[in-house]
Amino acid sequence: MNVTINGEPREVPAGTTVEQLIRQVTTQDKGIAAALNGEVLPQRAWSAHPLADRDQVDVVTAVQGG
Amino acid sequence: MSTWELGGRQISSRLITGTGGATSLDVMSKVLKSSGSQVTTVAMRRVGGYALGGGSLLDIIRAAGAEVLPNTAGCHTAAEALLTARLAREALATDWVKLEVVADDITLLPDPVELLEAARTLVADGFTVLPYTNDDPVLAQHLERAGCAAVMPLGAPIGSGLGIRNPHNIAMICEQATVPVILDAGIGTASDAALAMELGCDGVLVASAITRAADPEAMATAMRLAVEAGRAAREAGRIERRWHAALASSPAEGRITS
Repeated sequence: MNVTINGEPREVPAGTTVEQLIRQVTTQDKGIAAALNGEVLPQRAWSAHPLADRDQVDVVTAVQGG
Repeated sequence: MSTWELGGRQISSRLITGTGGATSLDVMSKVLKSSGSQVTTVAMRRVGGYALGGGSLLDIIRAAGAEVLPNTAGCHTAAEALLTARLAREALATDWVKLEVVADDITLLPDPVELLEAARTLVADGFTVLPYTNDDPVLAQHLERAGCAAVMPLGAPIGSGLGIRNPHNIAMICEQATVPVILDAGIGTASDAALAMELGCDGVLVASAITRAADPEAMATAMRLAVEAGRAAREAGRIERRWHAALASSPAEGRITS
């Protein structure tokens, strides 16, 4: 199954959850949020949400900015 | 120091800081302390980038006792700004957003059409919207009517340090507004911040002018004092400008005349 995380393509096994994909790029668990295909997916829903082929996940955090 | 209300919260400091541009989290921590700022902005970016951030940035902001104000910097469309604001709300558990929708990356000027559309949607979605806007009194009125909790006109383009290029427009925005007006962008040095307050602004947002100064901690102190001085002068009521004649302060009577 091909998905993207923060714009990077990844191949993951069927049944991989959003949580598992996000944990490939960060261990941070506070102060982060994720969008699945352009819509916010609350953190509590990540572990129960299996990815579909071509899903796009973005995970963000606060950084310095004016 | 008297308090003022921003987005339903009582705040004493009228200097809002931006965390952008600080060379380290240690510098940021010192800036927050010496500025006395109780609200500071952050940007939202994908994890794993090179920008300083993550948990440690939030920790130093909390340690300084400041509120986090996430921005939507880098967004060019209403749709991008909506997603960024919603991600910020989820990540930071705040419904405050400094709404930025810029037309391009060269001027970083606000796109008024996209900005107003995003503001309306976010207000309906329950956000406390603080929009970064042009120094346009008409647009400021539209944003206020859209339900924004403040208006934040620019003094000059972001990071330009050119000060307040159109003080008449800023004064007009202040006269018309029934929500707080926060001068955002363009501040170069302390006198610019003082002028903003003298023109009637309720607060000033400063990022680069502090974080990119040769001594950010010292400049943060200067900005704090300038905002306080400008506010005090505004409240004290300045003398009238006399364009055509001087007015002696010493008595005319009893002069030694030839």
